[in-house]
Amino acid sequence: MSTPLERLFESTRGERAILIGYIPAGFPNQADSYRIIQAMVDGGVDAIEIGFPYSDPVMDGPIIQAAADQALRNGAGAKEVFETLKFAASLVPSLIMTYWNPIERYGVENFARDLAANGGSGVITPDLTIEESGEWISTTTAHGVNRIYVVAPSTQEERLAKVTQQGSGFIYAASLMGVTGLRTSVSSGAEDLVSRIRKTTSIPVAVGLGVSNGVQAAEVAAYADGVIVGSAFIRAVQEAPSLDAGLVAVRELAESLAAGVRSAKR
Amino acid sequence: MSATQLSDQLGHFGPFGGRFVPEALIGALDELAAAHQTALVDPLFIKELSDLHRTYSGRPSIITEAKRFSEHAGGARIFLKREDLNHTGSHKINNVLGQALLTKRMGKKRIIAETGAGQHGVASATAAALMGLECVVYMGEEDTKRQALNVVRMKLLGAEVIPVTQGSRTLKDAINEAMRDWVTNVETTHYLLGTVAGPHPFPVMVRDFHKIIGEESREQMLALNGKLPDAVLACVGGGSNAIGIFHAFIPDEGVRLIGLEAGGRGVETGFHAATITGGSRGVLHGTRSYVLQDKNGQTVESHSISAGLDYPGVGPEHAYLHDIGRAEYRAITDAEAMEAFSLLCKTEGIIPAIESAHALAGAIKVGKELGTDATLLINLSGRGDKDVHTAAEYFGMPL
Repeated sequence: MSTPLERLFESTRGERAILIGYIPAGFPNQADSYRIIQAMVDGGVDAIEIGFPYSDPVMDGPIIQAAADQALRNGAGAKEVFETLKFAASLVPSLIMTYWNPIERYGVENFARDLAANGGSGVITPDLTIEESGEWISTTTAHGVNRIYVVAPSTQEERLAKVTQQGSGFIYAASLMGVTGLRTSVSSGAEDLVSRIRKTTSIPVAVGLGVSNGVQAAEVAAYADGVIVGSAFIRAVQEAPSLDAGLVAVRELAESLAAGVRSAKR
Repeated sequence: MSATQLSDQLGHFGPFGGRFVPEALIGALDELAAAHQTALVDPLFIKELSDLHRTYSGRPSIITEAKRFSEHAGGARIFLKREDLNHTGSHKINNVLGQALLTKRMGKKRIIAETGAGQHGVASATAAALMGLECVVYMGEEDTKRQALNVVRMKLLGAEVIPVTQGSRTLKDAINEAMRDWVTNVETTHYLLGTVAGPHPFPVMVRDFHKIIGEESREQMLALNGKLPDAVLACVGGGSNAIGIFHAFIPDEGVRLIGLEAGGRGVETGFHAATITGGSRGVLHGTRSYVLQDKNGQTVESHSISAGLDYPGVGPEHAYLHDIGRAEYRAITDAEAMEAFSLLCKTEGIIPAIESAHALAGAIKVGKELGTDATLLINLSGRGDKDVHTAAEYFGMPL
């Protein structure tokens, strides 16, 4: 059985890259986060990635750190993450992005079960190495959800093959060596990494880190199967004078990114 | 696995340890693990490090019998391993010299470090100055205020100190920020982690650089008394000085190993840093160990009068030694530590670091339990010059 996310990639295969939008659960608060997700989807986001806000997010830059801090102050935890997932998954294929400790704390089996029960397609685990994945692999397989590993430009060939072999749904290619955030240009290393990944697996490859506008999205969509945007959406909300203005900005950004992935020359 | 080789190739100590890090760091961790393994058996490296110990840090550190102090500890004989007499004032120099040498061997020119109280930052800045490396130290903004003197020391030594304004603005956030720097600059930069936590190979490697403390003391105690001590005591934050002195004694089953954690205002109050005593299994900063965390797996802020023990995690080897029953861990409150601090000052003429005072407070308790026939070895891991402000405030002395 395939997940909604896998079916989405299948349906766009050969035509265009999909657009994945990220938001931490509970940001800026639980109710408003639903409206932001709706605005993303209305603007053309194809899949939603719900972040599990975590106290020690070492892969995240200042924008997402601030959003996660705000969500944590609002008391966002596993319950809010799964509720948000349920809402997002009712609109488009959706997944969770979380550091490992919240999963371990919740219980690996419980987490996979509740992910599936709330319609989630999979989980992105940025700090889970394949060496520590034993229980995660068997449990996610049993529950029919995707395991999405993040690989980096520094990942060497032999290791890359080992990691992509364990992944499902898609492989998350980090465009550069660094943390999440806005960049003036997408690293040239990203295309090279995607082509190296493709030599090891036939599952889709999505690129994240530093993609923030339609031009960059088009650039990445020319060689990747998915484009992941997070910080740019968060910033649109953070910089808006009101929630309503933020929702307009989010929708416009989504439209521009969605146009970008459709304009890519493949 | 022998008793002294508790970990596997991936850095697991039973269910603890391992690597929970972004894939971007795996290459650098593999490179570091390989450099460490090669260096361990390279006579040139061994000689270079032992020369530095002898001619720069002041090793071997001496043992002092604390006769007047022991009168307050049930009359047990108490011996202090004087790591406070090392250059830069604590055991931290052992690890930084080893890692700085490895940095040069790996062809890297820049080191980054985290620091809480500033001791590891000062030691890192010292090693960087000695070996001509660029040094950046991340320090929680709160700690830069609490330990302003150490900030100046690091700057005098040529390091750049970056105050960390994220999260709780303490040691754990300084580690997060150092990890972010490392992910970004990993090709040119070595992360000189200051304790036996973090992803493999750090817990094993940092232990290897500190195990000289236990190796020296074991011989010194045999020479002094013709027998091993009944118990070895050390304070535990991340746990580097404790593993350093414990390690050589692990096969000696008759020797009790006792780690003293920071109990803050009391473990029952929730305001403490006693990770093994009052925490639960979890993953923090790249390793699985005991962690102070809430029901959602969010790290809970730790509390201790001692900045060097104020950390919500602990090294995975300690978690394992605890679970297999080879070492015991107890909590010492701020008040107990400060009483022992004051007592050592007045009975022995030694101002200990407040961190080490937790071990001294443990010695008072254990000494009373074991009685006059007992022999205790305490790791006096650091000197207390850095703590005079905190102590003056605590004891109500005008400055």
